[in-house]
Amino acid sequence: MASEHIVVNCTINGEQQVFLANERDSLLEALRDRIGLTGAKEGCNNGNCGACCVNMDGRIVNSCLVMAAECEGSEIRTVEGLAEGDQLSPLQNAFLEQAALQCGICTPGFLVAAEALLEQNPDPSEHEIRYWLAGNLCRCTGYDKIIKAVQQAAGQSVV
Amino acid sequence: MQAVKYARAESVEEAVSLLQDGGDGARPLAGGTDVIVQARERTRDIDLFVDIKHIPEVISIEYSDDSGLTIGAATPCYQIYGDDTISEKYPVLVDSCSLIGGTAIQGRASLGGNLCNSSPAADGIPSLIVLEGQVEIAGPNGRRTVAVEDFCTGPGQNVLADGEFVVKLHFPAPAERSGARFLRFIPRNEMDIAVANAASAVRLDGDGNVSWARVSVGAIAPTPLLVADAADAIVGQPLSEESIAAAAAASSAAANPITDMRGSIRQRVHLAGVLTERTIRQAAERAG
Repeated sequence: MASEHIVVNCTINGEQQVFLANERDSLLEALRDRIGLTGAKEGCNNGNCGACCVNMDGRIVNSCLVMAAECEGSEIRTVEGLAEGDQLSPLQNAFLEQAALQCGICTPGFLVAAEALLEQNPDPSEHEIRYWLAGNLCRCTGYDKIIKAVQQAAGQSVV
Repeated sequence: MQAVKYARAESVEEAVSLLQDGGDGARPLAGGTDVIVQARERTRDIDLFVDIKHIPEVISIEYSDDSGLTIGAATPCYQIYGDDTISEKYPVLVDSCSLIGGTAIQGRASLGGNLCNSSPAADGIPSLIVLEGQVEIAGPNGRRTVAVEDFCTGPGQNVLADGEFVVKLHFPAPAERSGARFLRFIPRNEMDIAVANAASAVRLDGDGNVSWARVSVGAIAPTPLLVADAADAIVGQPLSEESIAAAAAASSAAANPITDMRGSIRQRVHLAGVLTERTIRQAAERAG
């Protein structure tokens, strides 16, 4: 059975978007291949790694596990929406200052996930940060620098 | 990805009709954390997703002391563990829902989906079983209700017939001095599939005797098991080291596991007992 093209209306990073997608497209494929937002990355493509993490209607989701067609009427935020123009967000700056990345492929997912954590819990404990980010995998950093970056963004003293 | 089509159902009747017309290749779509992977990796032939999340009764939480708790099948885990009534009255559901996947999975994954995926290692199902959960199913012939422990028939298999889907889950209101606990054994702290898991529920009477109990163990048989012998071992007496040990032995005896990359038969038989013991103790603490 051939998939049809579908039209999806949603808000992406605060802007109303209408895009054409293949009916079988995941949200990740639609973001990267149809809309040109390549911040969300394809890692495992089965929900284990978190590299494709985006915010959908206020909750983080793995965009590889969302059908593009499901996004009709929803509000999507991606890593591209974190900075304001040339001004990086406090979280992004903290990642730079703490050197919380090496290869960088997991970074957009971590940023989107950590941003959502700080929105609902502005002063998380280390334990809360680690559990919240347990679905985001990083092969480079060993996680400590990522945790410190989130702590710095939360205004906590980082040793 | 297979050439899968997508349809959004606005009512239970519409979902049934879409599923029925779609035949074998049609699957309900709730959080999609299992079925989208299965469609992509072609472990199931799926050519139509029927999105049931926009049907109000399928994504809802309702509680009253008279009728108990009703959870819409597609209600995501984060809404379940974030619900004050559930946290207070059904903390065993919080145990399960807060360790199914990571945060992003919990934003979508549902107990109805966990049940319908029918994995022997499902982290939601033992809790649903010990809470005496009833599954409300809609289909071409109307609605029917099945006890959770009778729902799964094998790994990835269940009682749903063509055109049927799970609408919601019902649980009786918790009795006085009752408590339940779910635990999972994995070799790390989070984000893994159970080597074994278990839930226990107990009710205590005024004399401190266990008046009622349920024990369910997962990942140790083709389906999550309700282990009646384990409950029988502790009912009708105060909890004691002997009665808890007898319950643990009953769970180990009921285990019929496989050896795979996550654990051996021997380890799983052992874990069935250990987790039975620990969940009974912690369920009793919650019962107060």
